[in-house]
Amino acid sequence: MGEYFLQQVANALSAGSLYALMAVGLAMIFGILRLINFAHGDLMMIGAYLAAFSLFAGLPLPAAIVTTLAGTIVVGLLMERIAYRPIRGGPDVAMLLTSFAVGQILQNGTLLVSRLGGQPVQIAFPAPELLNGVVAIGTLTVPKVNVVSFFTGVVLLVLLTLFVTRTRLGLSMHAAAEDLPAAQLMGIKVNRVVATAFAIASGLAAVAGFLYATQAGQINPYLGFTPVLKAFIAAVIGGFGSISGAAIGAYALGFLEVIPTALAGIADILPPGSVSPGVHDLLAQLLPSGLASYRDAFVFVFLILMLLFRPNGILGGRAREEAP
Amino acid sequence: MSRLSRSAGPLVAIVGLSLVLAVLDASGLAFWQGLVINFAIFVILVVSLNLASGFTGVFSLGHIGFMALGAYISAILTLPLREKGDYLPNLPSWLAGVHLDQFVGPLPIGWLAATIIAGLLVAFVAFLVGAVLMRLSGHFVAVATLGFLVIVRVILFNADDFTRGSRTFSNVTPYTNLWWAWAWAILVVYVVWRLKRSPYGRDMFAQREDRWAAMSVGISVLRPRLLAFVVSAFFTAVAGSLYAHFITSFSPTVFYFDLTFRVITMLVVGGMGSVSGSIVGTAAVLALAEGLRRIEDVTLLYGLSGILLAVFFILVIIFRPDGILGQRELSFERLLARRRSAPEPAAGTSPD
Repeated sequence: MGEYFLQQVANALSAGSLYALMAVGLAMIFGILRLINFAHGDLMMIGAYLAAFSLFAGLPLPAAIVTTLAGTIVVGLLMERIAYRPIRGGPDVAMLLTSFAVGQILQNGTLLVSRLGGQPVQIAFPAPELLNGVVAIGTLTVPKVNVVSFFTGVVLLVLLTLFVTRTRLGLSMHAAAEDLPAAQLMGIKVNRVVATAFAIASGLAAVAGFLYATQAGQINPYLGFTPVLKAFIAAVIGGFGSISGAAIGAYALGFLEVIPTALAGIADILPPGSVSPGVHDLLAQLLPSGLASYRDAFVFVFLILMLLFRPNGILGGRAREEAP
Repeated sequence: MSRLSRSAGPLVAIVGLSLVLAVLDASGLAFWQGLVINFAIFVILVVSLNLASGFTGVFSLGHIGFMALGAYISAILTLPLREKGDYLPNLPSWLAGVHLDQFVGPLPIGWLAATIIAGLLVAFVAFLVGAVLMRLSGHFVAVATLGFLVIVRVILFNADDFTRGSRTFSNVTPYTNLWWAWAWAILVVYVVWRLKRSPYGRDMFAQREDRWAAMSVGISVLRPRLLAFVVSAFFTAVAGSLYAHFITSFSPTVFYFDLTFRVITMLVVGGMGSVSGSIVGTAAVLALAEGLRRIEDVTLLYGLSGILLAVFFILVIIFRPDGILGQRELSFERLLARRRSAPEPAAGTSPD
């Protein structure tokens, strides 16, 4: 019983770290440009593919990581320079739609390249040996990659926080997020700040892509869609536009997501005799094991409720979203 | 201008369209017939989305969810009894006995009823969803409606008893033909066109342009948005029914983001707020997509058409953000007048 819940907590923490790596990047770019970059999920996908191809090519793990990071950052910077800069400051929806189009380009581009390379649409990810297997923590067994995901997420978030609060470039990012035109007047080079934000966000997405692919075992060009939506939810939960908020929101989402899964099987894992048969049957009926497959619907209902009642996140105050 | 001459243009267009359809119907060119039916279905989708998003400024990414519901509801309702038992054995009893496959003469009245029922049910769903979501604005409403699309998809995948889950739903009776598709398309265009000129439509545009100014003269923000959303969902469900009985087999994966993006591309290219723009945009993007698909088939560079369409879309957003027509409408009188008068009127004629 206790073990069951600890297992769920471990799942929540590992998923939370992945969401955090994505949500923080999304929130950083949103903070500066008011752009919900939907192509962020596709950057994660690019990261997963670059990792797969580097490992296929026989690169050792450190080299594969460097290639993945560098490649994804280049794609992220190009995306900003080519697609987003011309419409910077444009209507919200125009920027959002552009990011969808950028996502389509990345997905179809990956499909094209991967088919030209003679690969099928769905590729088995060559997970590095180091990340295979399980770790035993007390009586719990957790896949090694989940443990690595959790700690990677935490370490990178701490480093990012230090960067944003302690360095000059980080502070100018903060200033740009507060008020872009004013920051520009104060002599902050906005293009450099935006590029830095995209570079960092892309790097984090690449890491998330690598870890996600290792966990999932398979990759395809469309794998970024659900994660970016989840990252968006995480950012909404935490209050859009702040890095720490997005990170907290991501872990909150991780826990929120395991609730349906945890509750779905609860009637079956209760030790026999601990509750009366009537209660057992009631639980089994109210929380059927099929509930788990409605998980995504559940989190999106939660998103809609959040947007309505606490659009500034669990940390922010109560306010209505204003029409443009 | 007299009433007669004002309605002459649309009448000529409808008569012309009927002639084209009759010739096409008789020709037996299956490919072109399919393309023209597709065109009608996309016209309904784009014009409806224009009503919900272009008129009101509330960007909906969830409309394909309405289409999916319309497709499944109509497909389930029209399934003949003898197939229903084998195909969907776990339907609840109140639904298992329903089979809207009746004909009156050559007309599939059962299907017509099923389509309208699907539209009404979906409109009711849209009312519930809209009453909540239409309070949001900007990109937040876009993502919240995208959330609705994901919810619909999850439900379709999991409600096995009704939808067969992830398995293909096939054996849908192929009722949709050129005439049905275009009859609905013309009805939708007519209704949305009339709505645009009506006080309701003006409220929609007013709250889109400036919500505070609109509110200060007593125009509610929520009501016009909700009206647009619900009417638009009805027609989108009709498009779903037409699609279901045209393609005859489908699964929940069809009704997802690719289709959403395609419809939005057509809308933005045509011009948000312009009904005739939606038709032009649909034709342009459909032709482009079809052409690119041919190139893809020949060169075997799969993915190329997706890339080029997205590039085209970005170029439109950067260089012509209002689309081909913006908010203006093509009008037959103006087209004729332009041809008669020797000097071309200056570009950027005043919006109507």
